[in-house]
Amino acid sequence: MRETLLIEQSKQGRKAYCFPPLDLPNGFYQALPPLPESIRRQETARLPEVSELDVVRHFTRLSTMIHGVDNGMYPLGSCTMKYNPKLSEHIAKMDAFTKIHPLQDVSTTQGSLSIMFNLLEDLSSITGMKWGTLQPCAGAHGEYTGLKMVKTYYEQHGEIGRTKILIPSSAHGTNPASAIVNGFEVLPIGANKKGQVDLDDLEAKLDDSVAALMMTNPNTLGIFEQDILAISKMVHAQGSLMYYDGANMNAILGMATPGEMGFDVVHLNLHKTFSTPHGGGGPGSGPVMVNDTLRPFLPKPDIHLTDSGYVLDWEREESIGKVSMFWGNFLVLLRAYVYILRMGSEGLRSASAHAVLNANYVAKRLGDVCEIPYGTRCMHEFVISLEQYRQNYGVRAQDIAKALIDKGYHPPTMYFPSLVSEALMIEPTESESLETLDAFILAFRSILEQAKEDPEYVKGAPYTTPIGRLDEVKAIKEPNLRY
Amino acid sequence: MIYPYIPHTDEDRKVMLEAIGLSSMEELFSGLSEDILLSDSVPISQGRTEDEVQRMIDSIAQRNVRGIPFLGCGCYDHIIPATVEALSSLPSFVTAYTPYQAEMSQGLLEAIYEFQSMICEITSMDVANASLYDGANAASEAAALMVGAKRHASVVLVSSTLHPFTLQVLQTWAKGTGRSLRMVKEKEGVVDLSQLPSLLDSECAGLIVQSPNRYGLLESYEGVAEILHEQKALLAISNDPLSLAMQKSPGQWDADIAIGDTQSLGLPLAYGGPSCGYMAVKEALLRKLPGRLVGLTQDGKGRKGFTLTFQAREQHIKRERATSNICSNQALAALMTTIHLSSLGWDGMVEAANQSYAKAHYLAYHLAQLPGMTLVWDKPFWCEFPLGFSDPKRLRKFMQELRNEGIFAGVRLSTLTRKVKDELVLLVAVTEKRSREELELYLAAARRVMK
Repeated sequence: MRETLLIEQSKQGRKAYCFPPLDLPNGFYQALPPLPESIRRQETARLPEVSELDVVRHFTRLSTMIHGVDNGMYPLGSCTMKYNPKLSEHIAKMDAFTKIHPLQDVSTTQGSLSIMFNLLEDLSSITGMKWGTLQPCAGAHGEYTGLKMVKTYYEQHGEIGRTKILIPSSAHGTNPASAIVNGFEVLPIGANKKGQVDLDDLEAKLDDSVAALMMTNPNTLGIFEQDILAISKMVHAQGSLMYYDGANMNAILGMATPGEMGFDVVHLNLHKTFSTPHGGGGPGSGPVMVNDTLRPFLPKPDIHLTDSGYVLDWEREESIGKVSMFWGNFLVLLRAYVYILRMGSEGLRSASAHAVLNANYVAKRLGDVCEIPYGTRCMHEFVISLEQYRQNYGVRAQDIAKALIDKGYHPPTMYFPSLVSEALMIEPTESESLETLDAFILAFRSILEQAKEDPEYVKGAPYTTPIGRLDEVKAIKEPNLRY
Repeated sequence: MIYPYIPHTDEDRKVMLEAIGLSSMEELFSGLSEDILLSDSVPISQGRTEDEVQRMIDSIAQRNVRGIPFLGCGCYDHIIPATVEALSSLPSFVTAYTPYQAEMSQGLLEAIYEFQSMICEITSMDVANASLYDGANAASEAAALMVGAKRHASVVLVSSTLHPFTLQVLQTWAKGTGRSLRMVKEKEGVVDLSQLPSLLDSECAGLIVQSPNRYGLLESYEGVAEILHEQKALLAISNDPLSLAMQKSPGQWDADIAIGDTQSLGLPLAYGGPSCGYMAVKEALLRKLPGRLVGLTQDGKGRKGFTLTFQAREQHIKRERATSNICSNQALAALMTTIHLSSLGWDGMVEAANQSYAKAHYLAYHLAQLPGMTLVWDKPFWCEFPLGFSDPKRLRKFMQELRNEGIFAGVRLSTLTRKVKDELVLLVAVTEKRSREELELYLAAARRVMK
C-alpha cells in the first residue's frame, strides 16, 4: 500500500508546531521596517500543513517501507552493512555533543577535540600510518582529499608531468571519478587469472607520468592482493605513490595494515568498517591517513595537543586547504570512536576474523550451485556469477536479487565488479550468526532451484512488496522529480 | 573476553571452519604472507563494556562547555521540534543504505522525493538533488557544474563576500586542476556587481554569490542573471534556506543554480557536522546535476512508485567520464530537514525567520547605542550582523565578560579569515530561539563593559 505524500494530506490552517509568541517590548516589532521590497520574497512555498500526529504517522509508515540492518540481513557487498550499536546512537544524542557550536572558543570544546584527536591516533595505529584528517564527509570525499594531496605534493616537487592515476579495472566507480575531478587522467590496470593486479600490465603502464596507483586490498572480488609488497616496490621505484581505498578494511583489522603494505595515503569509511550507521545513504565519514611524505599537505586546521590543551592549528603553508565547511561529520566521528573504545584492539581483530569466516562459510555453501569465478576462498566478501542461469534459464542476477527480497533479505550488490558477468557481490559481515547465514543460504539455494523449475516466477519477483519492478525508462522519459 | 556485536559461539566457529575445510581461524588469513601479517596487536586500548564506555564518554563530555550561543557563521541555533529527533531515529531510516532496491525502499525514496520537492519550493527552482555534503561543498559542486556546462571555460567568478570557509573549499577545489577563481570584490559589505561586466569574459563559466553573505548582510542580484546569460555564464546563489522565508529566492533572481546548507532547518549544531548541502537547478541543467535523484514512476501493474533515476549521470556508471565523484551523501540529515519542514509548514518557516529578524534587530539596535561599538555597515541584514569595535582590548574584554555570564557573544571575523584587519569585527547571530531574557542579559553585560 502506498503512503500518500504529506502535501496531499494538507489542510489549510493545520499546524504541527507552534512557536512561542515574539516577546519583544511593545511596539518594537511594529516599528521595525520590513525588508526593502526589492529584496523581499513575494511568493509562498508549498509545504505541508498538517498536525503533529499526521507528521508522526507519515514518517512512521514510511519507515515500515524500508529495510535496514535492524530489520534483517543486508549482505550488500562492498558496503559493510554491519550492526550499528545502540550505545553509539545514544551517545551521539547527548546534549554535550549536539549543542556545541563549531566556532566556540577551543577552551570550551576540549571534549570534542579530544575525541577527534584520540580517534586520529587510533586510526593511525589501525592503518599503520602516522597522520590524518577527519574533515572528509564520505569515502569518495576522502578519495578526493587524498588525491588532491597527491596532486599538490607533485606540484610542490616540480613534477607536474605526473598526470596519471593507475586504477584496477575492477575498482569502485568513485576511484576514477575522484581522479578525474582532481584533473588526473585514469589508466586502467587489468586483472590476472587469480583476479589480482596483472603485474605485467602494471609494469607496462608504470612510468614517470604516473602519480599514484590506487588500490583496494582486498580488492572488489574479495581477494587479497598477494603481490602487494612487490607492487609497492615497483610503484615507489618509479617515484609514484600508493593510494589505499579503505572500502574493504573490514577484512584486515588487526591482521595487516596499509602502512606495512607500503601505502602512502589511505582513506577509511567509518560508516563501513567502524560501524556508524549508513542513514539511508549518509552521512558517512572518510578520514584520510598519511605518512610523513604527505603530511604537509593535509587539510587545515590540524588538531594539536599543547600544554594548554587541544588547539586548532591553521599555520600550515603547504596544506591543500579546507575540504569541508567545518571540521567534518563530528557526530559520525563520535560514533566510530565509541565503537573502537568498545571493541578494543582484540575486538577489532576478532570482527575482521569473523567477517572473513562468515564470507567463506557462505561462499562454500553456495559454491556447488553457482559459479564463483576466482574460487571459494575469499576475504570478507565474494562475487558469484549467475551467467549459467542466464544462459540456461534466462534468469539474470537481478531476478535472483529481487527474489531474495520476497524472502526478507536485502539483495547483494548487483553487476559489480564488471569483470564478472551476472555478478552478485555478497558481504555477510561479522554481525550475522550461523543460524541467520544458514537461513540465507537455504533461501538462496531454493531460489536457484526455482530458477530452474519455474524461471518465469523468479523473473516476476518480488511479489511481497508494495510495488513491483518499476519502469525506469518512464522515470527518465517523463521525469517526475518533485511534487 | 567475548567481544560485543559478534554472535559466534565456540561451537559455531568449529562447525563453520569444518564446513570450509579449515582447522583454525588463523588459516582464514593464509592468503596473507608472513611479512604482511602483523606480529603484534595494534597499539590501541583493550575493549570496554557498554557501561565503561558510557562513563568514559560522560567524563570527556564534561570538558565541553555550553553557553547561550549568539554564534552563527554558517551554523545556527534554531528551534527544532521534538518530532525531528524522534522520527529520524526510527531504526530502518538509520540503518538502511542508499535505496538501490526500490521495491524494499519505498519509504526512504518517498522521503527523499519530499525533500527534493521542498527544496524546489523554497528556492523556486525546478529540480533538486537528494543532498550534498554541506554548503561549502555544494558551492564547489556548483563550480564544477558551471565549468562542465560551458566549453573552454575554466574560470569561476566568486564574490569576496562568500563565507570564508566556502571560499577556502572552492580554492581547494580549483587547486591543481587548471581551473581558477576570479574574485568579484565587495563594496560596503556587499558584492560590488558594477565590476561584473569588466570581469566577465568568455573564459568565465559563471558566478557564485551568497546572501546573507559572510557579514550576515543581504544582497541584491537585480539584473545579474541577464548579464551572465548574455555570456552563456551561469548564476549560482547560495543562501541560508531559512532566510528564503523573507528574502527573494534564487528562482526569483533568475539564478540557474541554488545552493546552501539545511543546517538551519532542523539540524543541531553538533560541532559543525553532519549538516546537509543542497543543490537545485533549472530544468535545462537536470542532466548536469550531481548526486542522487529520486523520481516517481510506475510498476508493471500501473502502481505508482519511487526510484533512483537519471543514474547515468553518476560516478558508478560514468566512472572516468563523471563530473562529480559523490556517492554517499547526507541522507539522514536531509530526512531531518524534511521532518522539520513537515512540522513547521510555510507559516512556521516564516514565523521562525521573522522572529529571528526581529530579535536580531532588537539586539543590534540597542548595541549600536553603546560607545566603542557600531554596526559596521548600514545595510539590510536578517539574523546576523557585523559589530565593529574601536579597540581590540575592549572586544576581548567584551567577549570575556559575556562568557562569564554564560553567553557566547559572537564570532570574530578573524577566526574565519585569519586576517588582522578582521580582528575588530564581531559577527553576532540571533535566532528565534533566543528568549527576551537572554537578549536582555546580553545587553546588560554589554552595557557594563562598554560604558
